[in-house]
Amino acid sequence: MTIAHHPDPASLMSYAAGSLAEPLSAVIASHVEMCAACRKDVRRLEALGAAMLERVEPVAARAPELTGLSQSQPAFASSVRSDGVLPAAIARLVGGGLDKVNWSTVAPGVQGCKLPVSHPGEGLLMLLKIGAGKRIPEHGHGGAELTLVLTGSYSDATGRYERGDVADLDEAIEHQPVVDPDGECICLIASETKAKFKGVLPRLLQPIFGV
Amino acid sequence: MLSVETGVRPPQRAPDAAFHADLIHRIASNRDEVAFQGLFATFGPRVKAVLMRQGCDPQIAEDIAQEALLAVWRKATLYEAGKGSVATWVFTIARNLRIDRIRRETAFQSLDDDRPEEASDAPLPDEQVSSGQIQARVRGVLAGLPSEQVEVVTLAYIEGLSHSEISEKLGLPMGTVKSRMRLAYQKIRTALEDLQ
Repeated sequence: MTIAHHPDPASLMSYAAGSLAEPLSAVIASHVEMCAACRKDVRRLEALGAAMLERVEPVAARAPELTGLSQSQPAFASSVRSDGVLPAAIARLVGGGLDKVNWSTVAPGVQGCKLPVSHPGEGLLMLLKIGAGKRIPEHGHGGAELTLVLTGSYSDATGRYERGDVADLDEAIEHQPVVDPDGECICLIASETKAKFKGVLPRLLQPIFGV
Repeated sequence: MLSVETGVRPPQRAPDAAFHADLIHRIASNRDEVAFQGLFATFGPRVKAVLMRQGCDPQIAEDIAQEALLAVWRKATLYEAGKGSVATWVFTIARNLRIDRIRRETAFQSLDDDRPEEASDAPLPDEQVSSGQIQARVRGVLAGLPSEQVEVVTLAYIEGLSHSEISEKLGLPMGTVKSRMRLAYQKIRTALEDLQ
């Protein structure tokens, strides 16, 4: 698998800093899981986090008591089995593989499944399954938006997107993605509600998902 | 306002990556409480400071700082220098704990320290030297960044602001914020090219 489209380094930076909105973080985490190059970038950006920590003026802090604590082996992450299509982070949310996804019809030829996030007012995270030759519905609402292809492919003015590819497009770009004619396409899509619009409901998906 | 001048300063003494790794080793092999005190004294007060800058109440900030370093105490035997410096490890643990408090799920902040890595991530032969070198070079790049780039990096890492929040705070277009971040990262990537 060759990944041609990667997230903007600025998105990777905010992800590493822990300051990227949760839905966008979900898409970056999913891409990073599939992309060794971006994993390396994130590690470097975490090293930058360590260097930033050194520059902070420390404040007085009490060390914790160690009495009664043992050096136990940490519990390993719960083993929800993915089917190799859904990234691990998403499989955990869905409770398994693609067969566990509760699809609902969004438009003719388009099915969607909204995934839970902690603060729904901050943005949306969802899976979309779009039929061959169909347009991917617009879902942005002024803030950042990320799309990760999980199966199939789509194309727009910026190129062709296949499994593992991320569209991390500037809000100003008009793209109009269309699924390639050879089959359906499943994407993970996240959008962030722009800071000044926080609380304003996403226009387009609101009637469908009742968010 | 951003206090690049008041709240953030160059380190007085560059912490030594090999020294930190030795503390971890002492904790892992002997459950050395003195080594733990040394580690907490190095990182605890800074982790707490960052959390307070991000709006945590001082008590909660202290709890999370303690929790982060206790995680290091418990997981010390799992530490591998090839995966990064101790400072980077502490940074990621504290970041994930903070996110854990504000989000329902931490699943999205991956790079879990327990997962076996693929061959492409395999540690370099002289791993300890390497993670220390990475730390030193990143520090060097940071010291040489133009102040406008340090500003956006600080707002993201220390104040915990998103792109759109930084853009609002500085009164700059989002594209400018992102391009400053890209420029800063490009310098780090270039500086580390021969190490990784």
